[in-house]
Amino acid sequence: MGIEAALPVDGFVTTQLRRVINFARRNSLWPMPFATACCGIELMATACSRYDLARFGAEVMRFSPRQCDLLIVAGRVSIKTMPVLQRIYQQMTEPKWVISMGACASTGGVFDTYAVVQGCDQFIPVDVYVPGCPPRPEQLIEGVMAIQRHIDREGMPPPGGKRMPLGIAIQPTHAPRPQPVGLTLGN
Amino acid sequence: MTTPTLDHPTFKLVKDAFPGKKFLATEFRGQSTLIVEPADLHEVMVFLKSDPRADYCFLSDVSGVDYLNYPAEMPGRFAVHYNLICFNRDDRFFVKTFVNPSLPTDGIVPDPTLVVDSVCDLWAGAEWMEREVFDMFGIRFRNHPDLRRILMWEEYPAHPLRKDYPLRGRGERDQYKVVDRTSG
Ligand code: SF4
Repeated sequence: MGIEAALPVDGFVTTQLRRVINFARRNSLWPMPFATACCGIELMATACSRYDLARFGAEVMRFSPRQCDLLIVAGRVSIKTMPVLQRIYQQMTEPKWVISMGACASTGGVFDTYAVVQGCDQFIPVDVYVPGCPPRPEQLIEGVMAIQRHIDREGMPPPGGKRMPLGIAIQPTHAPRPQPVGLTLGN
Repeated sequence: MTTPTLDHPTFKLVKDAFPGKKFLATEFRGQSTLIVEPADLHEVMVFLKSDPRADYCFLSDVSGVDYLNYPAEMPGRFAVHYNLICFNRDDRFFVKTFVNPSLPTDGIVPDPTLVVDSVCDLWAGAEWMEREVFDMFGIRFRNHPDLRRILMWEEYPAHPLRKDYPLRGRGERDQYKVVDRTSG
Protein backbone atom coordinates (compact mmCIF):
# COMPACT_ATOMS: atom_id res chain seq x y z
CA MET A 1 0.00 0.00 0.00
CA GLY A 2 3.01 2.25 0.34
CA ILE A 3 1.63 3.91 3.44
CA GLU A 4 4.94 5.44 4.51
CA ALA A 5 5.25 7.53 1.39
CA ALA A 6 1.68 8.78 1.71
CA LEU A 7 2.15 9.74 5.33
CA PRO A 8 2.14 13.50 5.73
CA VAL A 9 4.28 15.21 8.39
CA ASP A 10 1.62 15.45 11.05
CA GLY A 11 1.01 11.72 10.95
CA PHE A 12 -2.59 11.45 9.73
CA VAL A 13 -3.74 9.48 6.76
CA THR A 14 -7.29 9.13 5.53
CA THR A 15 -8.30 6.07 3.52
CA GLN A 16 -11.21 3.74 3.10
CA LEU A 17 -11.92 1.02 5.61
CA ARG A 18 -12.17 -1.42 2.73
CA ARG A 19 -8.63 -0.63 1.66
CA VAL A 20 -7.22 -1.07 5.13
CA ILE A 21 -8.93 -4.43 5.52
CA ASN A 22 -7.84 -5.57 2.09
CA PHE A 23 -4.30 -4.41 2.80
CA ALA A 24 -4.15 -6.52 5.94
CA ARG A 25 -5.83 -9.46 4.35
CA ARG A 26 -3.69 -9.41 1.24
CA ASN A 27 -0.44 -9.47 3.15
CA SER A 28 -1.32 -12.28 5.50
CA LEU A 29 -2.48 -15.17 3.38
CA TRP A 30 -2.21 -18.45 5.23
CA PRO A 31 -1.69 -21.27 2.76
CA MET A 32 -2.96 -24.75 3.38
CA PRO A 33 -0.57 -27.03 1.46
CA PHE A 34 -2.45 -29.95 -0.03
CA ALA A 35 0.62 -31.53 -1.61
CA THR A 36 -0.11 -34.97 -2.99
CA ALA A 37 2.63 -35.44 -5.57
CA CYS A 38 5.76 -33.99 -7.15
CA CYS A 39 4.35 -30.45 -7.30
CA GLY A 40 4.51 -30.49 -3.52
CA ILE A 41 8.30 -30.45 -3.71
CA GLU A 42 8.17 -27.22 -5.69
CA LEU A 43 5.67 -25.84 -3.22
CA MET A 44 8.18 -26.52 -0.44
CA ALA A 45 10.89 -24.79 -2.46
CA THR A 46 8.60 -21.80 -2.86
CA ALA A 47 8.39 -21.39 0.87
CA CYS A 48 12.13 -21.86 1.38
CA SER A 49 14.73 -19.13 1.53
CA ARG A 50 15.74 -19.15 -2.12
CA TYR A 51 12.32 -18.15 -3.44
CA ASP A 52 10.91 -17.02 -0.12
CA LEU A 53 7.17 -16.76 -0.23
CA ALA A 54 7.52 -14.75 2.99
CA ARG A 55 8.30 -11.71 0.87
CA PHE A 56 4.62 -11.80 -0.10
CA GLY A 57 3.29 -12.41 3.35
CA ALA A 58 2.17 -15.95 2.72
CA GLU A 59 4.84 -18.02 4.40
CA VAL A 60 2.92 -19.45 7.33
CA MET A 61 1.85 -22.86 6.07
CA ARG A 62 -0.56 -24.47 8.44
CA PHE A 63 -1.57 -28.09 8.24
CA SER A 64 -4.87 -27.33 9.84
CA PRO A 65 -7.53 -26.06 7.42
CA ARG A 66 -9.24 -24.07 10.14
CA GLN A 67 -6.24 -21.78 10.39
CA CYS A 68 -5.85 -21.24 6.65
CA ASP A 69 -7.47 -19.19 3.95
CA LEU A 70 -5.53 -20.21 0.82
CA LEU A 71 -5.80 -23.81 -0.32
CA ILE A 72 -2.94 -24.81 -2.64
CA VAL A 73 -3.75 -28.08 -4.38
CA ALA A 74 -0.34 -29.32 -5.51
CA GLY A 75 -0.39 -32.65 -7.28
CA ARG A 76 -2.64 -35.38 -8.56
CA VAL A 77 -5.93 -35.83 -6.80
CA SER A 78 -7.29 -39.34 -6.97
CA ILE A 79 -10.96 -39.98 -6.53
CA LYS A 80 -10.15 -41.61 -3.22
CA THR A 81 -8.51 -38.38 -2.04
CA MET A 82 -11.30 -36.16 -3.32
CA PRO A 83 -13.49 -36.45 -0.19
CA VAL A 84 -10.51 -35.43 1.93
CA LEU A 85 -9.85 -32.41 -0.27
CA GLN A 86 -13.50 -31.39 -0.21
CA ARG A 87 -13.63 -31.74 3.53
CA ILE A 88 -10.50 -29.63 3.95
CA TYR A 89 -11.99 -27.02 1.65
CA GLN A 90 -15.21 -26.94 3.63
CA GLN A 91 -13.38 -26.64 6.93
CA MET A 92 -11.49 -23.55 5.83
CA THR A 93 -12.98 -20.31 7.03
CA GLU A 94 -14.26 -17.62 4.70
CA PRO A 95 -12.91 -15.65 2.99
CA LYS A 96 -10.90 -18.36 1.30
CA TRP A 97 -9.18 -18.84 -2.02
CA VAL A 98 -8.02 -21.90 -3.93
CA ILE A 99 -4.95 -22.29 -6.14
CA SER A 100 -4.73 -25.32 -8.40
CA MET A 101 -1.02 -25.85 -8.91
CA GLY A 102 0.32 -27.79 -11.87
CA ALA A 103 -1.07 -29.74 -14.78
CA CYS A 104 -2.33 -32.60 -12.65
CA ALA A 105 -4.39 -30.63 -10.19
CA SER A 106 -5.84 -28.48 -12.98
CA THR A 107 -6.54 -31.10 -15.64
CA GLY A 108 -5.36 -34.53 -14.53
CA GLY A 109 -2.18 -34.04 -16.57
CA VAL A 110 -0.86 -37.17 -18.19
CA PHE A 111 -2.75 -39.33 -15.72
CA ASP A 112 -5.84 -39.86 -17.81
CA THR A 113 -6.90 -42.95 -15.89
CA TYR A 114 -9.79 -44.39 -13.96
CA ALA A 115 -8.40 -43.33 -10.58
CA VAL A 116 -7.41 -39.69 -11.12
CA VAL A 117 -9.75 -36.73 -11.07
CA GLN A 118 -9.43 -34.79 -14.33
CA GLY A 119 -9.07 -31.40 -12.73
CA CYS A 120 -10.00 -30.69 -9.12
CA ASP A 121 -12.11 -27.75 -10.31
CA GLN A 122 -14.76 -30.28 -11.28
CA PHE A 123 -15.44 -30.86 -7.63
CA ILE A 124 -14.32 -27.78 -5.71
CA PRO A 125 -14.26 -24.10 -6.78
CA VAL A 126 -10.81 -23.08 -8.04
CA ASP A 127 -9.74 -19.44 -8.23
CA VAL A 128 -6.29 -19.54 -9.82
CA TYR A 129 -4.77 -22.11 -12.15
CA VAL A 130 -0.99 -22.22 -12.20
CA PRO A 131 0.27 -24.15 -15.25
CA GLY A 132 3.44 -26.19 -15.39
CA CYS A 133 4.70 -29.64 -14.63
CA PRO A 134 5.72 -28.66 -12.06
CA PRO A 135 5.31 -24.87 -12.09
CA ARG A 136 8.46 -23.08 -11.03
CA PRO A 137 8.27 -21.31 -7.68
CA GLU A 138 8.17 -17.96 -9.49
CA GLN A 139 5.08 -19.14 -11.27
CA LEU A 140 3.41 -20.19 -8.06
CA ILE A 141 4.30 -16.87 -6.47
CA GLU A 142 2.69 -15.25 -9.50
CA GLY A 143 -0.44 -17.23 -8.65
CA VAL A 144 -0.37 -16.03 -5.05
CA MET A 145 0.13 -12.48 -6.28
CA ALA A 146 -2.86 -12.82 -8.60
CA ILE A 147 -4.95 -13.54 -5.56
CA GLN A 148 -3.38 -10.61 -3.73
CA ARG A 149 -4.20 -8.30 -6.62
CA HIS A 150 -7.72 -9.58 -6.58
CA ILE A 151 -8.05 -9.00 -2.82
CA ASP A 152 -6.74 -5.48 -3.33
CA ARG A 153 -9.47 -4.67 -5.80
CA GLU A 154 -12.21 -6.50 -3.98
CA GLY A 155 -14.95 -4.66 -2.14
CA MET A 156 -16.04 -5.74 1.31
CA PRO A 157 -16.79 -9.43 1.05
CA PRO A 158 -20.50 -10.14 0.62
CA PRO A 159 -22.30 -11.42 3.71
CA GLY A 160 -21.83 -15.13 4.12
CA GLY A 161 -18.70 -14.95 2.04
CA LYS A 162 -20.30 -16.44 -1.07
CA ARG A 163 -18.79 -15.54 -4.39
CA MET A 164 -17.99 -17.15 -7.71
CA PRO A 165 -14.63 -18.81 -8.32
CA LEU A 166 -12.31 -16.35 -10.01
CA GLY A 167 -11.03 -18.66 -12.76
CA ILE A 168 -7.72 -16.88 -13.31
CA ALA A 169 -5.12 -18.75 -15.40
CA ILE A 170 -1.55 -17.60 -14.84
CA GLN A 171 0.62 -16.99 -17.90
CA PRO A 172 4.38 -17.50 -17.81
CA THR A 173 5.93 -14.18 -16.95
CA HIS A 174 9.63 -14.88 -16.98
CA ALA A 175 12.08 -16.03 -19.61
CA PRO A 176 13.56 -19.38 -18.72
CA ARG A 177 17.25 -19.34 -17.91
CA PRO A 178 19.64 -22.04 -16.82
CA GLN A 179 19.43 -22.94 -13.15
CA PRO A 180 21.36 -22.74 -10.96
CA VAL A 181 23.16 -19.66 -12.20
CA GLY A 182 26.90 -20.05 -12.72
CA LEU A 183 29.12 -19.16 -9.81
CA THR A 184 32.72 -18.05 -10.24
CA LEU A 185 35.09 -18.48 -7.36
CA GLY A 186 38.27 -16.40 -7.04
CA ASN A 187 39.22 -14.52 -10.21
CA MET B 1 14.06 -67.15 -28.63
CA THR B 2 16.40 -69.26 -26.59
CA THR B 3 15.29 -72.49 -25.00
CA PRO B 4 14.94 -72.19 -21.24
CA THR B 5 17.68 -73.82 -19.19
CA LEU B 6 15.85 -75.55 -16.39
CA ASP B 7 18.86 -76.11 -14.18
CA HIS B 8 17.70 -74.32 -11.08
CA PRO B 9 18.26 -76.80 -8.20
CA THR B 10 14.86 -76.02 -6.67
CA PHE B 11 13.08 -77.58 -9.65
CA LYS B 12 14.57 -80.94 -8.79
CA LEU B 13 13.81 -80.51 -5.10
CA VAL B 14 10.15 -79.83 -5.79
CA LYS B 15 9.90 -82.64 -8.30
CA ASP B 16 11.38 -85.14 -5.87
CA ALA B 17 9.24 -83.93 -2.98
CA PHE B 18 5.95 -84.13 -4.92
CA PRO B 19 6.31 -87.09 -7.29
CA GLY B 20 2.60 -87.35 -8.16
CA LYS B 21 1.93 -83.72 -8.96
CA LYS B 22 1.98 -81.90 -12.24
CA PHE B 23 4.32 -78.92 -12.60
CA LEU B 24 5.45 -76.72 -15.42
CA ALA B 25 8.74 -74.88 -15.36
CA THR B 26 10.27 -72.09 -17.33
CA GLU B 27 13.29 -69.86 -17.28
CA PHE B 28 14.07 -66.48 -18.78
CA ARG B 29 17.39 -64.64 -18.43
CA GLY B 30 18.33 -66.49 -15.29
CA GLN B 31 14.95 -66.17 -13.63
CA SER B 32 13.41 -69.56 -12.96
CA THR B 33 9.68 -69.95 -12.60
CA LEU B 34 7.75 -72.91 -11.32
CA ILE B 35 4.12 -73.13 -12.44
CA VAL B 36 1.88 -75.01 -10.05
CA GLU B 37 -1.79 -75.92 -10.00
CA PRO B 38 -3.79 -73.62 -7.70
CA ALA B 39 -4.82 -76.64 -5.62
CA ASP B 40 -1.18 -77.56 -4.94
CA LEU B 41 0.00 -74.04 -4.29
CA HIS B 42 -0.12 -73.94 -0.53
CA GLU B 43 1.54 -77.31 -0.08
CA VAL B 44 4.37 -76.37 -2.40
CA MET B 45 4.83 -73.03 -0.68
CA VAL B 46 5.05 -74.74 2.71
CA PHE B 47 7.75 -76.96 1.29
CA LEU B 48 9.66 -74.07 -0.30
CA LYS B 49 9.65 -72.14 2.94
CA SER B 50 10.32 -74.87 5.47
CA ASP B 51 12.59 -77.34 3.70
CA PRO B 52 16.19 -76.48 4.67
CA ARG B 53 17.44 -77.14 1.11
CA ALA B 54 14.92 -74.69 -0.37
CA ASP B 55 14.82 -72.25 2.57
CA TYR B 56 12.95 -69.39 0.89
CA CYS B 57 12.59 -67.29 3.99
CA PHE B 58 11.41 -64.11 2.31
CA LEU B 59 8.42 -63.39 0.08
CA SER B 60 9.49 -60.38 -1.90
CA ASP B 61 6.37 -59.80 -3.95
CA VAL B 62 2.98 -61.13 -4.92
CA SER B 63 1.49 -59.85 -8.14
CA GLY B 64 -1.28 -60.61 -10.54
CA VAL B 65 -1.33 -60.74 -14.32
CA ASP B 66 -4.20 -60.76 -16.76
CA TYR B 67 -3.29 -62.67 -19.92
CA LEU B 68 -6.33 -61.59 -21.93
CA ASN B 69 -5.30 -61.18 -25.60
CA TYR B 70 -1.79 -62.36 -24.80
CA PRO B 71 -0.13 -63.43 -28.06
CA ALA B 72 1.14 -66.75 -26.75
CA GLU B 73 -0.98 -69.63 -25.50
CA MET B 74 -1.15 -69.52 -21.70
CA PRO B 75 -2.43 -72.11 -19.22
CA GLY B 76 -5.08 -69.69 -17.95
CA ARG B 77 -6.44 -66.17 -18.05
CA PHE B 78 -5.15 -64.83 -14.73
CA ALA B 79 -1.88 -65.63 -13.03
CA VAL B 80 -0.62 -64.95 -9.52
CA HIS B 81 3.14 -64.62 -9.14
CA TYR B 82 5.13 -65.18 -6.00
CA ASN B 83 8.64 -63.83 -5.86
CA LEU B 84 10.65 -65.79 -3.29
CA ILE B 85 14.10 -65.03 -1.96
CA CYS B 86 16.54 -67.14 -0.02
CA PHE B 87 18.92 -64.77 1.72
CA ASN B 88 21.39 -67.49 2.72
CA ARG B 89 22.07 -68.54 -0.88
CA ASP B 90 21.20 -65.15 -2.43
CA ASP B 91 18.74 -66.97 -4.63
CA ARG B 92 15.53 -65.75 -6.20
CA PHE B 93 12.79 -68.08 -7.35
CA PHE B 94 9.37 -67.47 -8.87
CA VAL B 95 6.22 -69.48 -8.38
CA LYS B 96 3.25 -68.90 -10.59
CA THR B 97 -0.27 -70.24 -10.62
CA PHE B 98 -3.02 -69.81 -13.18
CA VAL B 99 -6.74 -69.40 -12.53
CA ASN B 100 -9.62 -69.08 -14.95
CA PRO B 101 -12.78 -67.06 -14.38
CA SER B 102 -16.16 -68.75 -14.50
CA LEU B 103 -18.23 -65.55 -14.50
CA PRO B 104 -18.07 -62.46 -16.74
CA THR B 105 -15.06 -60.43 -15.64
CA ASP B 106 -16.62 -56.96 -15.82
CA GLY B 107 -18.18 -57.01 -12.37
CA ILE B 108 -17.12 -57.50 -8.79
CA VAL B 109 -19.24 -60.56 -8.00
CA PRO B 110 -17.07 -63.11 -6.14
CA ASP B 111 -16.02 -65.69 -8.70
CA PRO B 112 -15.82 -69.22 -7.24
CA THR B 113 -12.97 -70.23 -9.54
CA LEU B 114 -10.86 -67.09 -9.08
CA VAL B 115 -9.63 -68.28 -5.71
CA VAL B 116 -6.10 -69.07 -4.57
CA ASP B 117 -4.88 -70.17 -1.15
CA SER B 118 -3.41 -67.35 0.89
CA VAL B 119 0.20 -67.65 1.99
CA CYS B 120 -0.23 -65.19 4.86
CA ASP B 121 0.26 -68.01 7.35
CA LEU B 122 3.76 -68.60 5.91
CA TRP B 123 4.90 -65.06 5.19
CA ALA B 124 2.96 -62.47 7.17
CA GLY B 125 4.05 -59.82 4.66
CA ALA B 126 1.82 -61.37 2.03
CA GLU B 127 -1.21 -59.75 3.57
CA TRP B 128 -1.15 -56.38 1.82
CA MET B 129 0.26 -57.77 -1.41
CA GLU B 130 -2.58 -60.25 -1.65
CA ARG B 131 -5.02 -57.49 -0.90
CA GLU B 132 -3.59 -55.56 -3.82
CA VAL B 133 -3.97 -58.52 -6.17
CA PHE B 134 -7.53 -58.89 -4.97
CA ASP B 135 -8.23 -55.19 -5.44
CA MET B 136 -6.77 -54.98 -8.91
CA PHE B 137 -7.76 -58.37 -10.37
CA GLY B 138 -10.57 -59.70 -8.21
CA ILE B 139 -8.65 -62.87 -7.37
CA ARG B 140 -9.69 -63.90 -3.87
CA PHE B 141 -7.38 -65.50 -1.35
CA ARG B 142 -8.73 -68.30 0.80
CA ASN B 143 -7.89 -67.96 4.54
CA HIS B 144 -6.71 -64.41 4.15
CA PRO B 145 -7.13 -62.62 7.50
CA ASP B 146 -8.50 -59.35 6.11
CA LEU B 147 -9.34 -59.41 2.43
CA ARG B 148 -10.44 -55.86 1.69
CA ARG B 149 -9.55 -53.46 -1.08
CA ILE B 150 -6.30 -51.69 -0.39
CA LEU B 151 -5.88 -49.07 -3.13
CA MET B 152 -9.30 -48.32 -4.56
CA TRP B 153 -12.10 -47.17 -2.31
CA GLU B 154 -14.51 -49.70 -0.86
CA GLU B 155 -17.46 -49.12 -3.20
CA TYR B 156 -15.37 -49.23 -6.37
CA PRO B 157 -17.45 -51.15 -8.92
CA ALA B 158 -14.67 -52.98 -10.79
CA HIS B 159 -11.25 -54.55 -10.63
CA PRO B 160 -9.33 -52.04 -12.69
CA LEU B 161 -6.23 -53.94 -13.83
CA ARG B 162 -8.28 -56.52 -15.68
CA LYS B 163 -7.55 -56.05 -19.35
CA ASP B 164 -11.21 -55.76 -20.28
CA TYR B 165 -11.60 -52.74 -18.00
CA PRO B 166 -11.25 -49.45 -19.90
CA LEU B 167 -8.26 -47.31 -18.94
CA ARG B 168 -10.40 -44.26 -18.28
CA GLY B 169 -12.86 -46.24 -16.21
CA ARG B 170 -16.59 -46.43 -16.61
CA GLY B 171 -17.36 -42.96 -15.37
CA GLU B 172 -16.30 -43.47 -11.75
CA ARG B 173 -14.05 -40.45 -11.84
CA ASP B 174 -16.78 -38.15 -13.17
CA GLN B 175 -19.69 -39.08 -10.94
CA TYR B 176 -18.50 -37.60 -7.73
CA LYS B 177 -20.37 -35.12 -5.58
CA VAL B 178 -19.52 -31.48 -6.26
CA VAL B 179 -18.75 -29.01 -3.49
CA ASP B 180 -19.32 -25.38 -4.38
CA ARG B 181 -19.16 -22.21 -2.35
CA THR B 182 -22.71 -22.46 -1.16
CA SER B 183 -22.24 -25.90 0.38
CA GLY B 184 -19.07 -24.85 2.22
S1 SF4 C 1 1.88 -31.41 -12.70
FE1 SF4 C 1 3.79 -32.55 -12.99
S2 SF4 C 1 5.01 -32.05 -11.19
FE2 SF4 C 1 2.87 -31.53 -10.70
S3 SF4 C 1 2.01 -33.32 -9.72
FE3 SF4 C 1 1.57 -33.49 -11.89
S4 SF4 C 1 3.26 -34.72 -12.72
FE4 SF4 C 1 3.91 -33.95 -10.71
